[in-house]
Amino acid sequence: MQVYHFSEMPYPQVWEGRPSLRVSIPNREYDPVLGADLYERFFDEWVLCDELGLNIMVNEHHATATCVNPACSLPLAILARTTKKARLLALGVPIANRPNPVRVAEEMAMIDVISRGRLDMGLVRGSPYEIAPTNARPVGQMERFWEAHDLVLKAMSTRDGPFSWESQNYHYRKVNIWPRPYQDPHPPVWVTATSPSSAPRIADQRHVIATLISGVIAKDLFKAYRDRARATGWTPTIDRFAYCAVVGVGDTEEEGLRRADQIADYIRTSPIVAKEFASPPGYKKIPAEIATIRAGPNAGNRPLKTPDGRLIDQKKATVRDFVDACSVFAGTPDQVYDQIARFYDLTGGFGHLLMMGQGGNLSHADTVANLTLFSKEVLPRLQELHDRPMAMSAD
Amino acid sequence: MQRLSIRGNGIDLWREGSGRPVLYLHPGDGFVDEDPFLALLKQKYDVLAPWHPGFGHSDFPKGWDSVDDLAYFYLDFLDELDLKDAVLIGASFGGWIAAEMAVRGSRRIGRMVLIDPLGIRLGGPTDRDIADFHNTDAGLLEKMKWANPEGRQRDLMKLDDRTLTGIVRTREAFAHYGWRPYMHNPVLTRWLHRIAIPTLVLWGERDGIVSPEYGRAYAERIPGARFKTIANAGHYPQIEQPQSSADQVRAFIEG
Repeated sequence: MQVYHFSEMPYPQVWEGRPSLRVSIPNREYDPVLGADLYERFFDEWVLCDELGLNIMVNEHHATATCVNPACSLPLAILARTTKKARLLALGVPIANRPNPVRVAEEMAMIDVISRGRLDMGLVRGSPYEIAPTNARPVGQMERFWEAHDLVLKAMSTRDGPFSWESQNYHYRKVNIWPRPYQDPHPPVWVTATSPSSAPRIADQRHVIATLISGVIAKDLFKAYRDRARATGWTPTIDRFAYCAVVGVGDTEEEGLRRADQIADYIRTSPIVAKEFASPPGYKKIPAEIATIRAGPNAGNRPLKTPDGRLIDQKKATVRDFVDACSVFAGTPDQVYDQIARFYDLTGGFGHLLMMGQGGNLSHADTVANLTLFSKEVLPRLQELHDRPMAMSAD
Repeated sequence: MQRLSIRGNGIDLWREGSGRPVLYLHPGDGFVDEDPFLALLKQKYDVLAPWHPGFGHSDFPKGWDSVDDLAYFYLDFLDELDLKDAVLIGASFGGWIAAEMAVRGSRRIGRMVLIDPLGIRLGGPTDRDIADFHNTDAGLLEKMKWANPEGRQRDLMKLDDRTLTGIVRTREAFAHYGWRPYMHNPVLTRWLHRIAIPTLVLWGERDGIVSPEYGRAYAERIPGARFKTIANAGHYPQIEQPQSSADQVRAFIEG
């Protein structure tokens, strides 16, 4: 199993007591001197991953204190040069919000060349609250996502360009990217999903399907992907599936839980967003939007569900609640391995674990200890998971 | 409500009364069947209030994405229904559509009333000429929309699926047509001089979405346009003050 360490590069110093952590906190609240220190430590942690045999994942958000990385390509450009072995995953670039997808193809190709073919290219729709900072149209965003996807891949895989691409959304007459990617025809493509209805289209492209923190939903999601693959005549390998969870390992259960608890502030703070940014028109399908209206004041607080059906309030859950919901794997190395193995069997298996090994206020020392212990005591055992007869048992 | 097809695009049309045709183009959040302003107008006129393409239960034609599409659609609408010497009334977003139609010109439109229309920008890049319907706290937005916001909120939770579907589609369509550039056409200002139809610009005195100053400047760019305000009304004077709004409209049509 490939494991990627993920941090949002958070700025938790200003999280306390805010009605909304996104879009509208004035940036006078951000201290660039402290910010420089934070970047330095986050890059140190990723470079450590390269030494520990872990891979690297970055994401991006805009105008928020939850994630101070406004462009996946920037940290990956640095890491392409300062790491040697780690796969570099962008999960991902919100291409439907980018006015210029060809620019995305150029940046990703350059990172792929500098890293000598270590890029995993996640293309994502983006969260609803990403609409306001970019002013991208929310209505029709999904169709625009797939068009941008087609354009990025064509730009990366065309060898006899230039070609033209003129549509309602994009207008190019000479597309011919230099450099072309190191991996041929293009880096592996990953797409995130939160609902099984999104899986078939991702399966049709044979891309990696990834889901974050979603717990048991991953089971239905991966099943929808496998079903579609089977229906269209192919069998997906385990490396088509990725799951992201918070991971906290410690020498004792308490230590592992404490680390996970601090990282889990990522999950608790994620939904803290003012209503006007949480659900722009057209982001959800009409029946989902009607359900939101019917839910009244409780709307927007989508609970996590444990495998036995218990609902967990994302904003208030304890770390043990999150463990029950399979959003967090925490405890001693043995306990963490067992939790991963259980979830692996529950979902039918996944070839990539996206380990959120840092989040919230988890210190540099704790992060280093977390990553080191995981890589020594858990990572070597994860290969066993693939070797057991299970893969399609969830069906 | 009747169903009508204009060149293959189905729309819902509320049509009542008789007399001179009045085409009413609704705001971005639609209208209700029992709208008192329309009820007053239908006493004297043949009032046609269509749901814009994509709004309510009207078809959303593939690829349509600008108010240009809606303006041409309603020019077709006037032709298809063979309306003559019609009075064109547009409120808020509907006022923007009406202005776009009038710039293009139609012999079928005899008079035009713009009620707190959107559609132009006059300030610099950091001036907010048109309030943000979408990125604004709901409570604050209500205060900007209404002179008296009390009792204006519909209790959506109790509405049936079909009604809610119409409301959600309306929200989507309004955002779709008006998202970027936000609720205006950057070139419309420089062509308003082409409007050759006698025009009344009506404005809610307490409009917090687009101010009466914006309204005056809008009217000044339309040759010969009259500008009138409605007291105790915000962005929707036709809803908050239906009687005085209808009186103004009637006086203008008959005058």
